[in-house]
Amino acid sequence: MSEDDLYRALADPTRRAILDELVQRDEQTLFELCARLVMKRGIGSTRQAISQHLEVLEAAGLVVTRREGRYKFHSFNGEPLKAIVRRWPSRRKAGGARGEGSGKP
Amino acid sequence: MRIRFASVLVDDQDKALRFYTGVLGFQTKHDTPLGDGRFRWITVVSPEDPGGAELVLEPDEHPACRPFKAALVEDGIPFTMFVVGDVHAEYERLRAAGVRFTQPPVTMGPVTTAVFDDTCGNLIQIATNG
Repeated sequence: MSEDDLYRALADPTRRAILDELVQRDEQTLFELCARLVMKRGIGSTRQAISQHLEVLEAAGLVVTRREGRYKFHSFNGEPLKAIVRRWPSRRKAGGARGEGSGKP
Repeated sequence: MRIRFASVLVDDQDKALRFYTGVLGFQTKHDTPLGDGRFRWITVVSPEDPGGAELVLEPDEHPACRPFKAALVEDGIPFTMFVVGDVHAEYERLRAAGVRFTQPPVTMGPVTTAVFDDTCGNLIQIATNG
């Protein structure tokens, strides 16, 4: 997985919606995910299109799949996102005193 | 023209009859040997609507059936849907009876649905009559 894969995966609004739904519940079948997207968000993409989006997300490490017998389940994996925060921390670690004495009374 | 029968393709008619009556709670309406007796004409009905639509427990013997069913199951797709009064209550009842769900009750806009495995190669959706 390259860093480019990660940003490319996040660049698409449907793929971000897929992640939003997977955050709600782990271990979703393709059917459940498609139903959530169409019923809750009005995203009526074909099952094939969603399946391709899932492949992109999986290549970026943001989605993991698990096979159990005849079923296949998809879950969110936030691990790759840590690279973003490491690269651009929300606060600069000036003097290593991150978060201390930072304006809270 | 009226819709009187709907079918599920089952891998074993005896097992299917046990599941659809013993676990789900439907009632046997017809159970008649056919031809050489290898298969039967089996239909079940809901006790809430015994004169209503009949579900045919149809053997999945045609070579196209099993790959078709397997592909649906892999993607979690229920081909058949039943309506229930309370999806959560049915989920608890069926889970206690050992039924495997691939989707617990989820509310999506106006409907709540859940999906379970009928042990005969199919996923079935239950939904509120939204």
